[in-house]
Amino acid sequence: MRRISAIASTTFTELIRLKLFYAVCAIGLLLIGGSVFFARFSFQEEFQILKDISLGTITIFSSLLAIIATANLIPRDVEDRTAYAILAKAVPRKDYIIGKLLGAIGLIALSVLMMSALFFAILALRENAVLNALQQSPASSPQDMAATIATIHHAASWQLVAPATLMIFLRSAVIAALTLFVSTFATSNAFTIVVMMMVYLVAQLEPIAREYWLQARTAGVAARSFLALVAIAFPDLQALDFGDAVASGIVLAAPLILKAAMLALFYVVLYALLSIASFSGREL
Amino acid sequence: MMRAFWLILIFAVGGAIKIPAEQNLARQSQARAALSLGEKFREGALLASLSGLRALAANVLYIEAHVAWEQTQWARMLLLFRQVTALQPGVVLFWDTAAWHMAWNASAAALNDSREPRVALRVRRQREFIEIGRQFLVRGIELNPNQPQLHEALARLYRDKLHDHTGASDSFARAAALPGAAAYDERFSAYELSYCEGMEADAYERLRQLYQRGERERLPTLLARIHALEEKLGVPNADRVIR
Repeated sequence: MRRISAIASTTFTELIRLKLFYAVCAIGLLLIGGSVFFARFSFQEEFQILKDISLGTITIFSSLLAIIATANLIPRDVEDRTAYAILAKAVPRKDYIIGKLLGAIGLIALSVLMMSALFFAILALRENAVLNALQQSPASSPQDMAATIATIHHAASWQLVAPATLMIFLRSAVIAALTLFVSTFATSNAFTIVVMMMVYLVAQLEPIAREYWLQARTAGVAARSFLALVAIAFPDLQALDFGDAVASGIVLAAPLILKAAMLALFYVVLYALLSIASFSGREL
Repeated sequence: MMRAFWLILIFAVGGAIKIPAEQNLARQSQARAALSLGEKFREGALLASLSGLRALAANVLYIEAHVAWEQTQWARMLLLFRQVTALQPGVVLFWDTAAWHMAWNASAAALNDSREPRVALRVRRQREFIEIGRQFLVRGIELNPNQPQLHEALARLYRDKLHDHTGASDSFARAAALPGAAAYDERFSAYELSYCEGMEADAYERLRQLYQRGERERLPTLLARIHALEEKLGVPNADRVIR
């Protein structure tokens, strides 16, 4: 356990010193901050757009960070021979892989936390601004006023949005685990990033492949085998995406979030196991 | 060899566990579940190509549609709303706004288009825009069947634009049956039914039930519709609610 936490903290420190981390976070924060000036419609539309842009930005940048930062971990250690030094000191390869993955997940957690904090702050600021404007508007009946205030609180509630940001973090952790698996047999950093970009796209289509494989009986053996391969090997990234639902004001049920979180954790464990199996057999 | 064996074994066991879990989660996503496989593929391809940018793209297009509305570019606005709703089929606001712009604003503009001197053509264009608005709502409801706002918007369109009281009554009733519906949906459904030829007895019964719920339901329109139906149905004085 001490070995894993030492590798994880070293990896986290290494990653946090990367200029890439600051660049990605800065652009993400800029986009989220700028979303407040994006459009001024009715308050429902404004909050919808604010949530859509912010959640979209957090998703894109945390996924990008997960791929680019994780892809570099193993190839760089092999290239500068750090991996040899670590693995020669009786550090099992599984500890090395788990440590690297936890370090990368720590970086993702930090970036999602920073972007979410700004997003929630903007939501709160806009909520106050809308409520102030409402107080100054011509008086309507107390019942209408109370209903409008309740609608504003609902639309701007950070508590309702928080589960979606948690799922973005878990989704990015899955992408990091998958990237780490690809990097265990990749020959270069660029290869891992290119493969992961394609994997990311295919993982968005995995639910369609799975459904077609399970339901359609007309497809040929080759097509069905291909669909089965996609369904078994790739994660369903759409199942972990709740941004649209949350942005449109749907309250996510706790059991649904729990199921999705369990699925995400399962993916992380699955791809970590695959990384360990792949890296254990690799000749260094 | 052992490495390949372990990889295949983990993939096989992992796949056997993950697929039922994924299917279970997918069943809970209404908007996507309602799409046909072909539509899912198109939507999925769109999702894959845009990924997290999809929400951003939809909102940028939505703002463009708003600008197109301000500049009364109806064809451009329609195209943009089609793209917006294709990108985010689960967002009720987009379906509702798209339908409202087409059935109310674009249709009114078509009817008052001074560049077209022939009234018949203006009326035809007006009806076409109303139909486009209706189609937006029907499709939106197919994809989001449990959202009362869309049923209510369709009911208003039937009532105010198509003067189809049966359609309006049905849609208000469907909205009223859903969680989160407005309190007036049930009342409006009964009002609309009271205008339907041959449905007066049913409408009267529903209006009476609403009346019997107490003072909160006894609004001027309810009383007026009850009175009108009592006159029309020839309800004996002793049995009347409004005497």
